[in-house]
Amino acid sequence: MRYAETGYNLEIDLSRGNIERVETDPKWTELYLGGLGTNAKILWDRVPPETEPFSPDNLLIFSTGLLCGTPAVGSNRTIVSTFSPQTQLMAYSMMGGFFAPELKYAGYDKVIFRGKSPNLVYVWINNAKVEIRDASHLRGKGAVETQELIRKELKDPNAQVAAIGLAGENRVFYASIEQGRSSASRQGIGAVMGDKGLKAIAVRGTKDINVARPTEFLELCNEVLKYIQWRNENPIKNVEPIFQGLGSPQEMAIIDEKWHTTGFMWGNARTRRKDFWNKEAEEQWKQTQESVRTRLISCYNCPMKCGALISVPGISNYMMKCYTKLTYTMAAMSDLEFGFRIAQRATEYGVDGYSTPQVIAFALELYEAGILTDQDMPGMPTGTEERFYWLLDRIVRREGIGDVLANGTHWAAKAIGKGAEAYAHNNIKKHEQLPLKLGMLNPVYFLMYCTGEKINITQIEGQFPQEPFAAKEQREEFVKDWLQVPDEKFKQYFLDWDPRGEHSNPYYPTIQATCEIVDWMERMHYIDDALGVCAGLSSFPLKPPYHMHNYPSFISSGAGIAMDEAGLTQVARRNRTLIRAVNIRKGMRRADEKPPEDHWRKRFPELEEKLLDEYYKFKGWDHQGIPTKASLRELDLAYVADDLEQRGIIRNEQG
Amino acid sequence: MSKVKKKVIKIDLEKCNGCRACEVICSAFHAKPQYSSNNPARSRIRIVRDPLRDIYLPVYAGEYTKAECSGKDKYVIEGKEYSECDFCRASCPSRDLFKEPDSGLPLKCDMCEDDPEQKEPMCVQWCLSDCLTYEEIEEEAEEKIKLEDVEIGLESLVDKYGFQKVMDAAARMTKKD
Ligand code: SF4
Ligand code: SF4
Ligand code: SF4
Ligand code: SF4
Repeated sequence: MRYAETGYNLEIDLSRGNIERVETDPKWTELYLGGLGTNAKILWDRVPPETEPFSPDNLLIFSTGLLCGTPAVGSNRTIVSTFSPQTQLMAYSMMGGFFAPELKYAGYDKVIFRGKSPNLVYVWINNAKVEIRDASHLRGKGAVETQELIRKELKDPNAQVAAIGLAGENRVFYASIEQGRSSASRQGIGAVMGDKGLKAIAVRGTKDINVARPTEFLELCNEVLKYIQWRNENPIKNVEPIFQGLGSPQEMAIIDEKWHTTGFMWGNARTRRKDFWNKEAEEQWKQTQESVRTRLISCYNCPMKCGALISVPGISNYMMKCYTKLTYTMAAMSDLEFGFRIAQRATEYGVDGYSTPQVIAFALELYEAGILTDQDMPGMPTGTEERFYWLLDRIVRREGIGDVLANGTHWAAKAIGKGAEAYAHNNIKKHEQLPLKLGMLNPVYFLMYCTGEKINITQIEGQFPQEPFAAKEQREEFVKDWLQVPDEKFKQYFLDWDPRGEHSNPYYPTIQATCEIVDWMERMHYIDDALGVCAGLSSFPLKPPYHMHNYPSFISSGAGIAMDEAGLTQVARRNRTLIRAVNIRKGMRRADEKPPEDHWRKRFPELEEKLLDEYYKFKGWDHQGIPTKASLRELDLAYVADDLEQRGIIRNEQG
Repeated sequence: MSKVKKKVIKIDLEKCNGCRACEVICSAFHAKPQYSSNNPARSRIRIVRDPLRDIYLPVYAGEYTKAECSGKDKYVIEGKEYSECDFCRASCPSRDLFKEPDSGLPLKCDMCEDDPEQKEPMCVQWCLSDCLTYEEIEEEAEEKIKLEDVEIGLESLVDKYGFQKVMDAAARMTKKD
């Protein structure tokens, strides 16, 4: 018997309309666990680097994580993987909600799509019965609306539906996939779904998921629940409200937005408003948020309720989570009410809440600068807020200038020319980032920004505080119950880290310590993404319930795979290296590994080079960031080494 | 008059976050061997949910019923529309709720009295948002016995004469009054 996983994938060829249920190799689970790990393996094996993201040969994988569907608290992630039209690299976006567990109960670990359907279709997975159904009547329908229509059509209110909106249908490079209270938004995976002619996937399952050692597994779940309860009652001291608790950022619960509104950038990621948050703003925003927020809601089997049902008078209800609450507001230099209003339309269209407002603000800045003119924007209204709606409507339809902007700031700037490139200033590897501009280089963040395969800081960071604590006593208090550290030395790094002086950024943490901290943070993310556990309970917040010390037992008692900390570290390294290899084979090199040019005011070119050198070495990669033959072999990735060697990417002298 | 302890689960709809942890743990607790598997379709508590209309309604599995009701009323509570079935605990032919997915056998909440005896029902323990809370209340025992008497009596009449005849007789008696 297979434990935690079902042992079966669905293979759906949309060109031929062929559906197959395929048994998977349990050896793969041992090597890569599942989720992101096995997705990467499949993409490596089956999508050659020449394949264009919009080719029928590109795959689009909807995967559960290994623990999804078990009682492990918060293990509900759907990991969607493909190749991004925007970055041309591997894209993996994840969503919470209810989809992955339902897919497991239907009897599948993954759904793998290939080909392209000639007509718009949706797929209905009802336990063993799987059909491809016509979706022509859903063309142009909103992503939220589509979920509702499909549930009605199937007469199954309990079906979980993931759908794209107009943006996905029109292959907007930052189109999202929406599902209930969640979405997989980054890197344009919704565009790949649209390119495949796939409007939605609906799933319903009523089968069991088994665990290997039930009593032990449940005991672990109970411990996690108890710890969550304790953590909720004991927020972390000496940090901003956003860092105090568990969950993905509690934006729906938190009213106090001082940290975001005064620290992050407004407009096209340029304007800092240090004095924005005053009594008046607080009053007004509190009033707005409380009047539209109908209920705080959770994902499957998690008590953290990071999302909310939003009911703005006059428009239909939708659900929101996280930082989208502020992205439109801040990009348009507007207020919270505007943010909640436009986010409804954006959610129906199915676009990424990070990239979209930045693309629009970028276009408006180009217009102010005279690089885009009235000829490019015929009929554009005068107010900024109206302009946001106007541009959003054009982008998702790829109408006029919208067609250019639909490819994101990097490609749009290239197409527009006339110096537009300087305005696309907040990207890493062609992908829009959080609008954050800071003073002093932080070495840990430097490495994460440069080298993170996810190309999205919030899904790389966590665990180690973002800033040093001012007072020694505060630090001592913090490390006292820091049981999550994989090694005691991390406590010392934090204790010794000062806001100023010799032991401060950018030279402290030392290069070696920086590599180790980054390694710990990303390790946790790679484990979460393979297991399908929400980062909000593990890799993302400070002092989470899941960590290096309890994860191995979850895996061994849940999936019946012998696992210890060393073994799990090895799996995380393997997965991390495999995804790196996928991207290296796509052409990514050291020159691409840069933070946004203006992310920090104070830069240290020499130190930065050293950081990259040492980190690459630490990882077992060469000077270009290419994994060495020896390190690949050591990770059971000899087949990767052979392929890279054949292609001349790994040179023989590397050994 | 003796007093008996009665187990009550209080449901505060305002506090439900829709996480379905209650379904997860109920189905795991009742798996054989215990916790060896889980499957919300087997849970004896189900969340009737319609997230976009803000409907979250935990419902417990009650008695099995052979036939569905003829008329089904609708309730509107604070602007949200519920069907009568939404509140109903029955394992009923009209729906797939509270039935074993394979065999179709009815499921019924047993207040987690399976072994080992739990200090609180499992669904309550796993509902961290306090939507479900547990209390034991003391009740006068006699009335309950009386009710049971009537039920037993009726059941035997039904056994003897058939359900329809008993109902007809009861209808005639009501008319006489
Ligand atoms: S922590 Fe928040 S985002 Fe994560 S699973 Fe729980 S409710 Fe969902
Ligand atoms: S566990 Fe509680 S909050 Fe979660 S769905 Fe059940 S009743 Fe609602
Ligand atoms: S579910 Fe309940 S209310 Fe609905 S038809 Fe069946 S018995 Fe009647
Ligand atoms: S009380 Fe026990 S049997 Fe009843 S629904 Fe809750 S967990 Fe299930």
